[in-house]
Amino acid sequence: MAIEVRIPTILRSYTAGEKSIEGSGSTLDELFADLDGRYDGLRERLIDEAGLRRFINVYLNDEDVRFLGGLSAPVSDGDTVTVLPAVAGGAR
Amino acid sequence: MRYESLLDAFGGTPLVGLPRLSPGPDVRLWAKLEDRNPTGSVKDRAAAYMVAAAEKDGLLHPGSVILEPTSGNTGISLALVARLRGYQLICVMPENTSAERRLLLEAYGASIVSSPAAGGSNEAVRVAQGLAKDHPDWVMLYQYGNEANARAHYETTGPELLTDLPEITHFVAGLGTSGTLMGTGRFLREHVPGVQIVAAEPRYGELVYGLRNLSEGFVPELYDESVLTSRFSVSSADALRRTRELLSEEGLFAGISSGCVLHAALGLAAKAQAAGQRADIAMIIADAGWKYLSTGAYGGTLAEAEARLEGQLWA
Repeated sequence: MAIEVRIPTILRSYTAGEKSIEGSGSTLDELFADLDGRYDGLRERLIDEAGLRRFINVYLNDEDVRFLGGLSAPVSDGDTVTVLPAVAGGAR
Repeated sequence: MRYESLLDAFGGTPLVGLPRLSPGPDVRLWAKLEDRNPTGSVKDRAAAYMVAAAEKDGLLHPGSVILEPTSGNTGISLALVARLRGYQLICVMPENTSAERRLLLEAYGASIVSSPAAGGSNEAVRVAQGLAKDHPDWVMLYQYGNEANARAHYETTGPELLTDLPEITHFVAGLGTSGTLMGTGRFLREHVPGVQIVAAEPRYGELVYGLRNLSEGFVPELYDESVLTSRFSVSSADALRRTRELLSEEGLFAGISSGCVLHAALGLAAKAQAAGQRADIAMIIADAGWKYLSTGAYGGTLAEAEARLEGQLWA
């Protein structure tokens, strides 16, 4: 088992069009580093020196990782990580 | 209850228990029925406060034009206020919003400018900002960054909840402009030690996230992460399923964003139940289901309803 990472349309140029990729690691940071080995440039689109980029939201099993320790959030096999751009959403 | 006019009749909404959806006597869910507001949504609070603040600041005069990016409830709330206070209202809304919302806005006399479906409300905000630049005399209340939006909840929703449910442990609401969560959340944190403030955020189909590049993302100016305890992303499928459960289990005919909120609330409830902790979880029912009937959310199988909802903005 691995960690499933769901990639938004806008970043699929880094994953050869794949909607969902797999990686490993014990924290989100390690997971992104692992992915960077196979998907060149992806990590840089997700994080900068300060951590997660402002307009990137990352969810671990549907919970925003910013409330789970950010890049230090622990992850494990079987988890699903969803990457989404921050949007204004729907009907307000 | 007696009020001077419909505009004065917002707030003071009922808080009702959801005994069938609650896991047990020590972990209880409570729904604040915001559909019991003058135009049928929680947005009546923000609209009343934002217009009052703009009037106080001298921005609005009889005949003034109010411009707002809104695909629904805020526009309908503003349309009522505009009609009664003598303003014109222009709403910028994505073309993929439900027919009822357009019809309602038109019924109140508001004008509608459509923005492209792709990009959702981000696009509506951008179009509205462009229009505002071209028409400096128009007043954009800008719900995403207007402190009066959050203040409405700090001064009304928060105190109402504390009065009705002093034992509150969790507050759950949908995340949009973040006004409800910021205002209510700040108030509750000041008065209830350890209270959890939880955001439930709708996760749409890919069309809505179809941004040209990531630097065009959007975070509402009102949003302050430090007010929240956690934030959950809820799929259309889960939101739909829970919306139907509200109806079938509790008889509550709510809009789809309430299903989204219920999904997060049930997650918190299950966690508290498993840990053997008491919980009194208050959630916001932002509106009723009327405006969403044409989306097909309430009929047929869940899979059919989900397919019909794909690409629509449901919250």
